[in-house]
Amino acid sequence: MVEEEGFRRYVAHAILWIGIAIVAFPVYIAIVASTQDNALIANGQMSLLPGGHFFEVYYQTIFVGTSGSTREPVGNMMLNSLVMALLIAVGKIAISIISAYAIVYFRFPFRMPIFWIIFITLMLPVEVRIYPTYKIVADLHMLDSYAGLALPLIASATATLLFRQFFMTVPDELLEASRIDGAGPLRFFWDTLLPLSRTNMAALFVILFILGWNQYLWPLLITTRDDMQTIQVGIRKMITTTDALTEWPIVMATAVLAMLPPVFVVVAMQKLFVRGLVETEK
Amino acid sequence: MQKQAIFQSKLLPYALVAPQLAIVLIFFYWPAAQAVIQSFLLQDAFGLSTSFVWFDNYLDLFSDAAYFEAIVRTFFFSFAIAVSSLSVALLLAIMADKPMRGGSLYRTLLIWPYAVAPPVVGVLWIFMLHPSLGVLSRYLREAGIDWNPLLDGNQAATLIILAAAWKQISYNFLFFLAGLASIPKSVFEAAAIDGARPMRRFWTVTFPLLSPTIFFLLVVNIVYAFFDTFGIIDTMTRGGPGTSTVTLVYKVYSDGLLGGNLGSSAAQSVILMVMVIVLTGIQFRFVERKVTY
Repeated sequence: MVEEEGFRRYVAHAILWIGIAIVAFPVYIAIVASTQDNALIANGQMSLLPGGHFFEVYYQTIFVGTSGSTREPVGNMMLNSLVMALLIAVGKIAISIISAYAIVYFRFPFRMPIFWIIFITLMLPVEVRIYPTYKIVADLHMLDSYAGLALPLIASATATLLFRQFFMTVPDELLEASRIDGAGPLRFFWDTLLPLSRTNMAALFVILFILGWNQYLWPLLITTRDDMQTIQVGIRKMITTTDALTEWPIVMATAVLAMLPPVFVVVAMQKLFVRGLVETEK
Repeated sequence: MQKQAIFQSKLLPYALVAPQLAIVLIFFYWPAAQAVIQSFLLQDAFGLSTSFVWFDNYLDLFSDAAYFEAIVRTFFFSFAIAVSSLSVALLLAIMADKPMRGGSLYRTLLIWPYAVAPPVVGVLWIFMLHPSLGVLSRYLREAGIDWNPLLDGNQAATLIILAAAWKQISYNFLFFLAGLASIPKSVFEAAAIDGARPMRRFWTVTFPLLSPTIFFLLVVNIVYAFFDTFGIIDTMTRGGPGTSTVTLVYKVYSDGLLGGNLGSSAAQSVILMVMVIVLTGIQFRFVERKVTY
């Protein structure tokens, strides 16, 4: 052990607390603002302590929405975000795990080309193919639908790579054993491989759920109907260009509600989250 | 690398890869190919006729001052975001790497901003630093700064860099922490026995041993600054004032939105694609080296 003098130790604690304060401050302000009166905020006289409007602001946000042009309850936006996030996370895991299974446990013509075709999608994020993808989704009549929100994002080179890597480490004896038991490929996948992949799937799910919940550019493009908006798109539309009309307490309550699910996932499933993050970046 | 124990089946493997392959071909390759093709075409104003124009769309872009500015701006943003976020995260990680009471609490309290979506980050920061109602703007004005990011392009850019760097601290912090944990403690002890003071130990031991992590994070941060800042910019400044916060991705989006020049928008997409390919290539070369490191 390198000795740590007492003074240095205090400095370390102090720096960490300053870091935490910097990281938390914007969110603290949002929470405080979401409990105050709009008139006070609009005058630039917002208090730095929580106000007394917590229940009415959150009630209006979740069940009614802003009083302005896009009058859409945020509760409904959260539901849309949840459905999209779940579809993306579950969809990516499902189609990736079966493609990885095919690529690792079978020999078939075009096996490697197919692997590369999936792999190269890493280099085609939605940002570089925005409008052509939009056109295809429009031609397929999937604008303003959950399928349109999720399907174009559902392929995952990272998840396929991850499962491929994991399957390579599974001992061959397991396959031999289940073959002796008379199990075919689907049985082996379902009864042996899937249970073994549970932790990997859970770690991946945590990351992909956050990724899905936080999607912005794609939902912004393909949702035109207010009732199909996700919360990330909805919050942008609440900030009106003529500032005076923005209902800040509701905007801030929406921001808090938009952060709540993914932040909860990170904090509550920290181990899985860290594991997923490190694994997907490998 | 191949498995020895495998199954025999003619159709099953194709059925298993079919869903992913279908999605990849329909929603990834087809649009990407469309973008490449369109980038060589020119459509008249009414969309009635199209003609093949070779590289004209690209040449137009590169002679367009606004596009050139967007390139420079994007690289500057990336650099500023990466450097500021990485240095803060490294400092915090080094402080948290010491065995101390509350270590895991610190980690929890520092990693959650990873989960905050870019548009929400934009909303939080514009609210804090809004010229007329932001709680921090009062102090800036009292300090004699004429703070108005909605009118001043440089201030708007600063605001975006700050907000984007803020979000990325947690990610960098986690990876620095992992990087630090992988350095054997005996190396520090040896340096300490040789009489190296903490600052010297950092520059001669920690920093060089951490360089693979730093390089990896640099690439990840640049990719982040290229793509994920879109949500921050869109909620905070919408590219303004003027075009002072328009990045390459934002430009593809806003140029296409106005329904303007499809060929130019496609050419921009293709250029972005090339940039992603280069960045991913660098990242993978590096990851391979990390394995043998």
